[in-house]
Amino acid sequence: MDTSASEPIAERQIRVQRHGVAVRLTHWLNALCLMMLLASGLQIFNAHPRLYVGKFGADHETPIIEITSEGSKDTIRGKARLGGLSVDTTGFLGASKEDGVVVARAFPSWLTLPSYHDLGAGRRLHFTFAWLLVINGLLYMAHGFWSEHFRRDLLPTKDQVSRRHLWQEIKDHARLRFARGEEARRYNALQKMTYLIVAFVLLPLMVASGLAMSPAIDAAFPVLPELLGGRATARTLHFLTAFSLVAFVVVHLVMVAVSGVWNNLRSMITGRYAIAVDGGAQC
Amino acid sequence: MLKTASRRGFLGSALAGLGAAALSGCDRLVQSGPTDRILRGTEHLTMNAQRALQARGTLAAEFSESDLSPVFRANGTHLPASDEYARLMDGKFADWRLRVDGLVQKPLSLSLDDLMRLPSRTQITRHDCVEGWSAIAKWRGVQLGRVLDAAGLSSGARYVVFHCADELEQSLDGSGRYYESIDLLDAWHPQTILAYAMNDRRLPVEHGAPLRLRVERQLGYKQAKYLMRLEVVSSFDRLWGGNGGYWEDRGYEWYAGI
Repeated sequence: MDTSASEPIAERQIRVQRHGVAVRLTHWLNALCLMMLLASGLQIFNAHPRLYVGKFGADHETPIIEITSEGSKDTIRGKARLGGLSVDTTGFLGASKEDGVVVARAFPSWLTLPSYHDLGAGRRLHFTFAWLLVINGLLYMAHGFWSEHFRRDLLPTKDQVSRRHLWQEIKDHARLRFARGEEARRYNALQKMTYLIVAFVLLPLMVASGLAMSPAIDAAFPVLPELLGGRATARTLHFLTAFSLVAFVVVHLVMVAVSGVWNNLRSMITGRYAIAVDGGAQC
Repeated sequence: MLKTASRRGFLGSALAGLGAAALSGCDRLVQSGPTDRILRGTEHLTMNAQRALQARGTLAAEFSESDLSPVFRANGTHLPASDEYARLMDGKFADWRLRVDGLVQKPLSLSLDDLMRLPSRTQITRHDCVEGWSAIAKWRGVQLGRVLDAAGLSSGARYVVFHCADELEQSLDGSGRYYESIDLLDAWHPQTILAYAMNDRRLPVEHGAPLRLRVERQLGYKQAKYLMRLEVVSSFDRLWGGNGGYWEDRGYEWYAGI
């Protein structure tokens, strides 16, 4: 088709292959695991909702973060404390409804698995999905390196890491302006760096800090808890990293929603992603 | 357009419905038989993997005096309620005996002095509670392997069961009695000791006087207190709930390495 410059440039959609089947499968399995690990993890956390720094930490030590429940029955109050900052969180943290009655519990029943107090069941769930997460993660890593997915799709290119380009991307994100046309074929630099941090820093740290809480693993690899600042610190890191991942997921879902929820969902299910291109450029 | 909108509407409500079903169904899913079997399978996977990573004798980290917890939290029973225990405590445990029986060639009955005369091991280790807290203390006691060597195992021996003096749950049939078990691999681990001293003093009552187990590569609930009897068995099917321990009968893993 021949188009002359005087004609308005027609825009049309083309579908490109966005995600390979390995990425799609590991993505959804990872999403399921993280959801189950968070809910069962909060059940486990509820057994002792205090976080310490050091080689050990129990009731006698001062926690850096804690959720407390004070009073009983009708007067029960929940509080969350971070260092010197204390906030009344009754109804959510420290005191919330379980079967219609307000009870003392750190995280509310709608966030934990099982919903009622059962540390044993929470732990079994947690470790089952932890295994699944690790196996899934290893498969993802093996595929990512072997197929060059990491190098090709996640490593920012030279032009993307210039200060000017990055500043432009930050401004674009703030205005919720997303890449179009040819530029939409690849991830932007902020996206790439975020995914790299999640896959190569946060998730491995999650697994390492989790394993550092295991007395059997600590006996086999004493250096692991030492590297993380001691077992109590490792537990605190496990919690903070979990909430960094929660923060990532929240931003991730918002970005999915505002940049075209159906297009994004389709691309992570069927692999096909629609991008708008200038009609004239395609002839 | 209309078609797309209704499809989206359908997908949206399907997703919302799925979410609600997931929330209410999760508890039921967790309680179902097949789920339970998978979750219990994880325990075996974890145990085999962790033991493959450890050499047989790999020691748990030992700490220095400066690492000791200023206050070591006492957990579970703080004072067994039975009359028998009260009587033993009044006599400063002079009348207390540790029975060693079951699948052994020579059943034993050992006094505290008998145990103290055996070579001792001292270790400063970290106690990790299943709840998430941890504390460091110094323990002294006799290696369990020495006691078992003295008794001599009979064929079929696979586990050592620790019967305790305390009842964590009041019951008529005794099913609330605390007990624990470990396998022979852990029983002969150099750091598996029957501890009679904590932080250079006699083991305090709230920490399990006169004798408690330390099995350092597992969690706190395995560290049975108030030991009365060691029973060597081939299986713990016939013991209370059949899962090998008080907490195991209430849903905890038997292997507590994580």
